[in-house]
Amino acid sequence: MMHVGVLLAPRQLHIPDGFLSVPVAVAGWVLTVLVVALALRKTRDQLGERQVPLMGVLAAAVFAGQMLNFTIPGGTSGHLLGGALVAVILGPWAAVLVMTAVVAIQALLFQDGGLLVLGFNIINMGVLTAFTGYFVYGFLKATSGDNRRSLFVAGFVGGWLSVMVGAIATAVELAVSGTSPLGIALPAMAGVHALIGVGEGLLTVFALSFITTTRPDLVVGEAAPGKASARWVWIGLVVALALTLLAPLASPYADGLESVAERTGFLDAGLDAPYQILPDYTVPFLGETGLSTIVAGMIGTLVVFLVGWLVARVVRSRRAAASSSG
Amino acid sequence: MHYHVADHYIESTSPLHRLDARVKVAAAILLILSVSLTPLGALPAYPLLWAILLVGVALSRMSYWMVFKRSLVALPFATAAITLLFTVPGRELARLPLVGWTISDAGLVRFVSIMLKSWISVQVAVLMAMTTHFTDLLWALGALKVPGVLVSIISFMYRYIFVLADEALRLTRAREARSADPDGTGGGTVVWRARVTGGMIGNLFLRSYERSERVYQAMVARGYQGQMRQLEPPPLTPAQLALGALPVLAALAIVVYAVLSWS
Repeated sequence: MMHVGVLLAPRQLHIPDGFLSVPVAVAGWVLTVLVVALALRKTRDQLGERQVPLMGVLAAAVFAGQMLNFTIPGGTSGHLLGGALVAVILGPWAAVLVMTAVVAIQALLFQDGGLLVLGFNIINMGVLTAFTGYFVYGFLKATSGDNRRSLFVAGFVGGWLSVMVGAIATAVELAVSGTSPLGIALPAMAGVHALIGVGEGLLTVFALSFITTTRPDLVVGEAAPGKASARWVWIGLVVALALTLLAPLASPYADGLESVAERTGFLDAGLDAPYQILPDYTVPFLGETGLSTIVAGMIGTLVVFLVGWLVARVVRSRRAAASSSG
Repeated sequence: MHYHVADHYIESTSPLHRLDARVKVAAAILLILSVSLTPLGALPAYPLLWAILLVGVALSRMSYWMVFKRSLVALPFATAAITLLFTVPGRELARLPLVGWTISDAGLVRFVSIMLKSWISVQVAVLMAMTTHFTDLLWALGALKVPGVLVSIISFMYRYIFVLADEALRLTRAREARSADPDGTGGGTVVWRARVTGGMIGNLFLRSYERSERVYQAMVARGYQGQMRQLEPPPLTPAQLALGALPVLAALAIVVYAVLSWS
């Protein structure tokens, strides 16, 4: 079923109306409103009055750029989505505005993508691609030195991952809406877009190469974050997430406490938790499959990471306040 | 050689064309919302909703065939939902010969419901695009509280799509003029072709960036202060509001009826 699913997966990420349930679509709108409002504020501080003509014309350039394609073996053609490229050039917040305009016009003018689901379409193709491309490029560029090869690796992986993240998000949204089971949608979309992402990666790299050669002053992404300590945090997170892929191989036997409890008989005295979000390391609608364990593991890892990061930020800002007033 | 953007607007003076753009945009979104709220499996409700759309097409004095043709754009995405036929548990209806997968009745109902919802929603959006000039549509978005900066960015983009699409076409033509094409793919290796195309994209971006600086300076020289000024639109009459409210109320009635009867 899964390999046929790869053949059936849609090649584009523009979700039409009707494929997402109303609660999911509304959630997408709430997210989009928040992110776009933030992006508007950040770019206004950055660019002032020049913001509108620059964003508008670049959005038209992305649209026109999506028409430029090259033939890939197999009869299809590779072409650009653009979120990662624009994010490296202008920074992620400006890229969000540019891609929002592109996706919105595609929906309004050409009905390429629905209106009720426009919220998540903007998130998938505009926000997730921009931020993934920006941070992956910045991180890889900073950790591999300032040479030609690092630009190629960073640009390619940034472009490729941006498409993958967008595709995975689309699959998750479809699954939560009940339109397509996650066990099929996720591998199918991820599989198809792993190939499409190659086109995106290549075009991103070569476009960036041209721009950084001709006008390196324009590229914000050259000064992207990447301090040494931050690098280790990201490496650690990636390793932790990769390890969750091995979760289904974990031993099925009970651990020390649980096996003692079984033998001596007090296992039944244990109470169930009042609420069950990820019962027994599974995701409710995925059942007891290996994929379910992996997804539950990833969710848990990310939650722990976020909590730790937030705590660190609070501590750091408290320290900064204390030292500046003391 | 010019790029013909398939701008879906078709000039006319029908009642629907003359309807206030704010009413049309709000009604379209509310209609699509109503269609989405219809419970899966309430199959008789969908022809009723479609009838509302047909009334709108009649009011626009345009051919339904045009609307239908443009509504097929959503069709490729159907493949995302097709697995529902085989994965939703239910009574077996049919069995595929070679692979042995079974189509369940619940799966079929679900799949058909989603496809109908999607198809009707796209037609509503197409009808709105065909009867509303894009600049009016953008003004309506601004009037409906979409942030002004975002509307301005989109309106700039709309004005420059045609110009930049022509540039992209010129770049493509130049590439064809300079390439031998021995095997129909454009020659060379995939990576080489990607390098050429990537360079074209980078070129387009740089030209656009520098063009936007000229655009900005030209506008400042003409008094641009960050806001596009517009004439006051004619005020919204109760008749126009009623014309927009009627289909929405009809759709909501159908949805309530469907929810009560099918869930």
